Amino acid sequence: MTGLRPRPLTPEEAQRRRKRSLAIAAVLFTLVAIFYVLTIAKLGPQVLNRAL
Amino acid sequence: MTSLSNSLSAGAEPQPTTLAVGGEVSDFFALLKPRVMVLVIFTALVGMVVSNVHIQPVVGTISLLMIAVGAGASGCLNMWWDADIDAVMTRTAKRPIPDGRIQPGEALAFGIVLSVGSVLVLGLASNWLAAGLLAFTIVFYAVFYSMWLKRATPQNIVIGGAAGALPPIIGQAVVTGSVGIESIVLFLIIFIWTPPHFWALALIKSGEYAKAGIPMMPNVAGPQSTRRQIIYYSLVLFPIGLAPVFLGFGGLLYGLTALLGGLGMLAFSVHVFRNREGEAERKAALGMFGFSILYLFLLFSALLAEHSLGLFRSVIA
Repeated sequence: MTGLRPRPLTPEEAQRRRKRSLAIAAVLFTLVAIFYVLTIAKLGPQVLNRAL
Repeated sequence: MTSLSNSLSAGAEPQPTTLAVGGEVSDFFALLKPRVMVLVIFTALVGMVVSNVHIQPVVGTISLLMIAVGAGASGCLNMWWDADIDAVMTRTAKRPIPDGRIQPGEALAFGIVLSVGSVLVLGLASNWLAAGLLAFTIVFYAVFYSMWLKRATPQNIVIGGAAGALPPIIGQAVVTGSVGIESIVLFLIIFIWTPPHFWALALIKSGEYAKAGIPMMPNVAGPQSTRRQIIYYSLVLFPIGLAPVFLGFGGLLYGLTALLGGLGMLAFSVHVFRNREGEAERKAALGMFGFSILYLFLLFSALLAEHSLGLFRSVIA
């Protein structure tokens, strides 16, 4: 395997890979947002009722 | 992999590899069968609203999204398993895997990650009964239907139709934490609706299914028997479609829709039975296929309108 080196991507392949990477980032961000919003929603209004 | 093998055998001089870069984002989205996802969201939403139980909107929206992702994941696993027969049929030959835009391994990993993720998030968002039902739906469709039933029996879409009928039950489980008569009736409507809907298409695509070796009803029992069974199922569907009225969760608007729609399904099924040759057969089958989609859409839309827009007018004392 040491003799293998990756073939340079064509511009079209590089653009496809970039779009996929952005899509994965968007999905991960959405997942974080879902967990955040879900946590707040499940806590309800009482989340603001705390000792200061 | 061929170019990788060539590179390995090429000697001391390092050779460039041409490992697949992968498909477009839209190809991965196509693996999820987006049109089926829309239908799943719609029927699950109706399963939620007929329960008449308030749900926190954020929890409801995220739950619906996870049900849709789970359905998409099962569609993706189905495409991974069926890539060989998809390549043979013109209707499906351009799907991402048979067309070579996505590698089978990528689709498998994508489907598994989305399946596990959607079930876990649904469980955390709503409850584990709903998550368990979603997991059951995915396994039923991807394993029981795709890997076994589809290639084994002409009853494939009859039994397999249960997977497509489960979303209203999951929807009700999300909001109530249990399964009630309302969602069971909605399940039955979709379950009984599925055979006449698919067999209408199978009648005009029987050559394709034969080429792919899929034992669809027209190929095994013959077109005439299939046409008869389409009428039988439409007859059974008629009273089941009206059941929500008698059970009290379908009002006047729904009742009229189910009555006219059920008569329409019967009329189209008789039309299919009478037109058995050439272009007339094709037009009748396509008409049945198209009307069946409209029928289900109108039925569920009527329930949605009655329960969410205040249009419910009871027709029973």
